[in-house]
Amino acid sequence: MAEYKWPAPAERKLIGQRIARVDGPVKVSGRAKYSYDYNPKGLLFGKVLRCPYAHARITSIDTSAAEKMPGVKAVQVVQKPGTEILWQGDDVVAVAAVDEPTAEDAIRAIQVKYEVLPHNVSDSEPPPGAGDGPPGPMSEDDLDDALSNQVPEAQVISRLQKDGVTFQVTDDMTKELKGYGVPDAVINALKAAPYHPEAANQQRPPYQKTAAQTLGDPDKGFAAAEVVSEGIYGAPVITHCCLETHGSAAEWPSPDHLFVHCSTQGVSGLPDQYAQALKISGGNVRAHQDHVGGGFGSKFSPDRWGIATAQLSKSAGGKPVKYMLERDSELMTAGARPSAFARVKVGAKRDGTVVAWQSDSWGTGGPAGAGSPPIPYVFEIPNQRKQHTAVRTNQGPARAWRAPNHPQAAVITMGALDDLAHKLNMDPLEFFTKNLDIAGPRAPIYREEFPIAAELMGWKEKWHPRGDKTAGPIKRGVGLSMHTWGGRGHASNCLLTIHPDGSVDIKMGSQDLGTGTRTAILIVAADSLGIPMNAVTLNIGDTLYPPDGGSGGSTTIGGVSSSTRRAALMALDQLFAKVAPALSAQPADLEAKDGMVRVKSDPSKALSWKQACSKLGAMPVSVTGKNPGPGNLINSGVGGVQMADVSVDTETGIVKVNKMVAVQDCGLIINVKLAESQCYGALIMGISYALFEEKVLDPVTGRMLNPNMEFYRLAGLRDIPELVVHMMTDPLNDNRGVIGLGEPPVISPGAAISNAVANAIGVRVPFLPLTPDRVLAVLEQQQKAGA
Amino acid sequence: MADDDEKTPSGVSRREFLKISGIAAAVPLVAPQVVEAAGEKVPVYGPGKVAMSFTINGKKHSAQLEPRVTLLDALRDTFDLTGAKRVCDRAECGACTVLLNNKPVYACTVLAIEAQHQPITTIESLSEGGRLHPIQAAFVEHDAQQCGFCTPGFVMACKAFLDEHPHPTAEQIRYHLNGNLCRCGTYKGIREVIAQMSGTKGA
Repeated sequence: MAEYKWPAPAERKLIGQRIARVDGPVKVSGRAKYSYDYNPKGLLFGKVLRCPYAHARITSIDTSAAEKMPGVKAVQVVQKPGTEILWQGDDVVAVAAVDEPTAEDAIRAIQVKYEVLPHNVSDSEPPPGAGDGPPGPMSEDDLDDALSNQVPEAQVISRLQKDGVTFQVTDDMTKELKGYGVPDAVINALKAAPYHPEAANQQRPPYQKTAAQTLGDPDKGFAAAEVVSEGIYGAPVITHCCLETHGSAAEWPSPDHLFVHCSTQGVSGLPDQYAQALKISGGNVRAHQDHVGGGFGSKFSPDRWGIATAQLSKSAGGKPVKYMLERDSELMTAGARPSAFARVKVGAKRDGTVVAWQSDSWGTGGPAGAGSPPIPYVFEIPNQRKQHTAVRTNQGPARAWRAPNHPQAAVITMGALDDLAHKLNMDPLEFFTKNLDIAGPRAPIYREEFPIAAELMGWKEKWHPRGDKTAGPIKRGVGLSMHTWGGRGHASNCLLTIHPDGSVDIKMGSQDLGTGTRTAILIVAADSLGIPMNAVTLNIGDTLYPPDGGSGGSTTIGGVSSSTRRAALMALDQLFAKVAPALSAQPADLEAKDGMVRVKSDPSKALSWKQACSKLGAMPVSVTGKNPGPGNLINSGVGGVQMADVSVDTETGIVKVNKMVAVQDCGLIINVKLAESQCYGALIMGISYALFEEKVLDPVTGRMLNPNMEFYRLAGLRDIPELVVHMMTDPLNDNRGVIGLGEPPVISPGAAISNAVANAIGVRVPFLPLTPDRVLAVLEQQQKAGA
Repeated sequence: MADDDEKTPSGVSRREFLKISGIAAAVPLVAPQVVEAAGEKVPVYGPGKVAMSFTINGKKHSAQLEPRVTLLDALRDTFDLTGAKRVCDRAECGACTVLLNNKPVYACTVLAIEAQHQPITTIESLSEGGRLHPIQAAFVEHDAQQCGFCTPGFVMACKAFLDEHPHPTAEQIRYHLNGNLCRCGTYKGIREVIAQMSGTKGA
């Protein structure tokens, strides 16, 4: 039996090397097919009529004119009269027509009347005493929100037990939640929760305060503190802005079989979601996806529009219908990262040791409020008092956004600690390093990473006490931040087949978000079998293949690399058993290397891979490697530090990033080239949300003011400075096994850049994004205070 | 109503215009109505489908399309050339970049009807026969792509840029390639592509 471990460093031919992505050529040549590109003969085009109000009740819908239009093949009411709409852009009616212009005309011909209701789209600081009342029973949205925002299990259970729910808990629902990995304890509490249907239609107050949490003795802690810093910090609601909008194509090959091409981060998770909504068997739903144009946490569900697309197809006799969101719909409805703001008081001893933390935080995740960010972040400050107020708004529903809640927590925590370091007259590098004893389980790695980052940034030469004193309007400064993430591999099944002709194929229900999943699977398979990568045929992205976890939370690399490694080793066991007699050896004495199957102690006794496979006779070897499974191939928990160097024009308020450094660990790295790409990409995405991104809503009309890519600004090439990435690849890290990397490096840029701006101009810009108006506002305050 | 007979600047009354529209909708392929505008005879197309012909990647294509259809939608939906992507649909992101007369354009904001009689070059032509163009090979080598949705547009923008500026300055790179947006964050690789192709240090 094989021992399930990674090959020793000297034995690795591909793992840990720098290998170009295998789907690079198909992507650069425009041949890569995305769901948006699915273009079968007879395709019908979908369009959705969306509610123009942030809060309204549908009073009537008249689709008769649209139904009579030539070229219109199906009309589907998505939300019926009587339904309360909670955000602008929510789906009301969907149509399918022979071409897109006709579908657009049909949408215009539909008459919908609304009763407009009062809205709230502001997540500014709650007034004193707001949200002190009882929270009331949980709605389905509340529960969804709590689960997707990682509210602690115990908190959810206690709320369910105490307050109950407004909806009937069905077996289908609990089955679905179990499928998403919701713990049994939560599901049991949900089943036992008191049912309060009468509360479902009650208007709920916009603010909900969570119970205060304390740790240690905060009063004593602050009494013992010799220096106390107070400040306000935060990050607004931003969107995912996937370049490929959400959407799908759906068709019914037979009246009870659905086939979808859906832009998704979780192919295997789709069938049951469709099946429940459409009341068909999950086994009758096939989902397929070759490539996905970005997800970042927002693409796990078929969504209302996806179910409607399937219904349209059904009404149109099963013909394929494609509906992809328009850019404005995408930005209004298909993903919002919850905001988080906090007033923080933090105290330390004169020597810099942090002793006490107090925070009053708030934020919105849309109609259901939002969970508290994990503050103080990374640092386990011994004495804490924390209170969070969830703000219910009509700004659109929250979705997980790359490293949910962590970037906000980093902005709040690292900003507060950086301000404290300033008050202590300490270099933040020295201050943060001094407090690493309370930096949790990854403290040793931060200790290794800080000096590396400082060296790469030239921190010692660049850092100065707050406020660049050089002449002229351009002020320069540096800042730092640090972060952590879990990233343990998800459930995965790798079906690997070695054929008697020597060919090898792999089938997995996984997906490649552009992180390099395909490449990683092939690297592991080829390195394990001792054959070149192009000798393995890889099939992913279809529910015809064994199910694999959704790609969220940096869980894919651990999942697919370990299931593939196990599959390859299991397959070799079976192959060796057939080949051993031909080499007059025992199966355990064989190895597969350099395209040969050979005797370890005498490599001259060898068969080529093809010859060896021919010993299988007529039957291929077919095995399924799983994760979780035997052997310690994966792990959880990473730490990273980042530093930013910025220039601020104090006349225009424009912030320019001059350089960023990221030092990151992630255990054993399968492909260094693409791991670095994850970090570079995260730094760029981080610069984008630090400087530009905000979902801006008009308080008067409740509408999004920037639902386009001109005013919902993403960083462009011009905004990107010198980027330096250093991966921790020493043997100690290797021995931990494979850990995910997608989320961690995107956590720190906002905090590091915010701290660098404070270092440059001498004063804190409290909230991201660091736009000219915000920078000029604090400079003006500073001037007034000084005058 | 009286204002129905008001003459428009083109000399067509609204009533006549509506008649023309009605005819066009019922019989889509009649020759265009010719009207006089500012003293010149101007053909009026649509609003129904109109016969159009294109030269795409050196080949002739024809289709019946409404005049409101964009070049991007014609390429993607009618000719199944899906390399150019629809992302912002209003000339903000560059994912739909193709060459029209060898100049890069945002295909989402060019009407198909106006792109007739001029050579159109799409990403699909760059690697005909399966052989990558050197710029494409450089994109792969420098991993200037992740999800890949902005990539075809970026490749076309880089090609047009390098054709025009074989030895660009850093400022030219920053200026000319800022019209294409990427969400995954691949700009570092793209700058390395330009540096390699132009033998310069990049932006």
